[in-house]
Amino acid sequence: MTDPLVWPVLLPLIAALFALVWPRRAAAIAVTGMAATLAASVWLLWRVAEQGSLVHALGGWQPGLGIALRADALAALLLLMSTLVGFATTWYANGYFTDTALRERFWPLWLLLITALHALLLSGDLFNLYVTLELMGLSAVVLAALGGGAEALRAALRYLVLGLIGSLAFLAGVALIYGRYGVLDMAALAPLLQPEPTAWTALALMSVGILIKSALFPLHFWLPPAHANAPAPVSALLSALVVKAAFYLLLRLWLDLFQPVVTQNAAWLLGWLGAAAVIWGSWQALRAERLKLMAAYSTVAQIGYLFLFFPLLTALPEGPARDTAFGALVLLALTHGFAKSGLFLAAGVVQRQAGHDRIAELGGTARNLPLTTFALALAGVALIGLPPSGGFLAKWQLMSTAVQLQFWPWLLVLGTGSLLAAAYVFRLLSHAFGAGDGAQRKLTSPGTELPALLLVLCATLVLGLGAAPLWDLLSAPPALEVSP
Amino acid sequence: MLSSSLIFALTGVALFALGLRGALLHPALLGRVLAINVSGAGVFMLLVALAYRGPAGNPDPLPHALVLTGIVVAVSATALALAMGRRLRQLEEQADD
Repeated sequence: MTDPLVWPVLLPLIAALFALVWPRRAAAIAVTGMAATLAASVWLLWRVAEQGSLVHALGGWQPGLGIALRADALAALLLLMSTLVGFATTWYANGYFTDTALRERFWPLWLLLITALHALLLSGDLFNLYVTLELMGLSAVVLAALGGGAEALRAALRYLVLGLIGSLAFLAGVALIYGRYGVLDMAALAPLLQPEPTAWTALALMSVGILIKSALFPLHFWLPPAHANAPAPVSALLSALVVKAAFYLLLRLWLDLFQPVVTQNAAWLLGWLGAAAVIWGSWQALRAERLKLMAAYSTVAQIGYLFLFFPLLTALPEGPARDTAFGALVLLALTHGFAKSGLFLAAGVVQRQAGHDRIAELGGTARNLPLTTFALALAGVALIGLPPSGGFLAKWQLMSTAVQLQFWPWLLVLGTGSLLAAAYVFRLLSHAFGAGDGAQRKLTSPGTELPALLLVLCATLVLGLGAAPLWDLLSAPPALEVSP
Repeated sequence: MLSSSLIFALTGVALFALGLRGALLHPALLGRVLAINVSGAGVFMLLVALAYRGPAGNPDPLPHALVLTGIVVAVSATALALAMGRRLRQLEEQADD
């Protein structure tokens, strides 16, 4: 039990069970549990930085029969981001729910969602990945429906049905892999995989399943209503982490496990879908009348940017150029995680204080809620990709890699996407700084405005100015190369 | 000649595809949920067919364990979808009154 790999999964699970049997103390349990999880994630990243990557056979059962947990730098970094975002949103959610019955139902599900996320990030077994995908999907759906009216419920049901279709497609791929190769452990599978029809079919099925969950255009249509109608802390977690976890899985499969099977044309397909997502998502965000809907469409666009990296990464040979591009991809994912969760939390504050989130009627917000408006602006800086945010560094690197490979369309996509992002962020800010009494200042405890501010500061200053160690960490060998 | 496990596997694939079509195209929630279950049954059948190792050999136990886990997940997901569907109908009836 002294293995750092089990605690980031075990601690939120224990907290969830305690929150279930002791609902009145649930908030305190959640905050304590998340603080402990944060410590465990820092410890795990520390160990990964020392040793390269870690493996743990659960219960002492060796992979083959048992299930392995694995962590490399990518998993450990995303885990730390997930715990930081989880901690800040837990702090925020503490003051968000006023209805007692709702609060009591919220906490166990919330902690279960975080458990599932962490289990997914650390899982080294294909079938276990299916289970964590389902756990994540089910708890996310219930949270998205929580406390909302018919609109939120309808959106959550659509989310559920599509999520189930996605997981089934993933499971069908897993079944094919097991039928052909007889293993589910990813480290054992990696050397066996051959470019052949079974592997292609399995990869296609699994990828379609994950693409639904990571909301890549044109499979994104379930996301905006589900994320925009959920309670603010839930939207933050869904947009920043749940979509990102699905993307992480795709990254693992395409660049790590199935690398010999992936063809350059398939990677181009993902890249072009990503480009379409950038343009379409940004355009819809610009047209959105409500702040949370704008944030949700901005997620569709930001996920698109991540997919632009795929064809570049498969085209580049192993070496420093590829490592640099990969580091930029991780940096962009982390920046978006922090910025978008901060944006949703700040949007939640605005919505609470103003009683609505119609962008055109938000005049006076800057005067009445200066801290929250500052958080909105900083989140915008990271989403547009202005210096000194992590988004700036990552997009700059993406551009220089595209130039290096002489792939000019990506420059156009990046330019258009950034201009559209600037347009939707400045449209929001110009209304917020305008005259009016949109958001009345009624209550302000530190737990209301501070979490959003801390998250966006992580996205802009911490990741922008302190990004260099990220590349050192990521250039260590990946987890799959280490035998258990 | 088609072996019996191949027939089962192909039936599983056909069920998966049929269920997927229903889950995407059926207008009513109940129809979609049932279609997802049909689709799931197809994947489970594929897994069970893959576990078969001829009349003499013992079947591979691992896919059976996977199917059991999958059934538990499918039951929970179906229950959740039905409960949410009922709640939605209640809300809509309240709105009509």
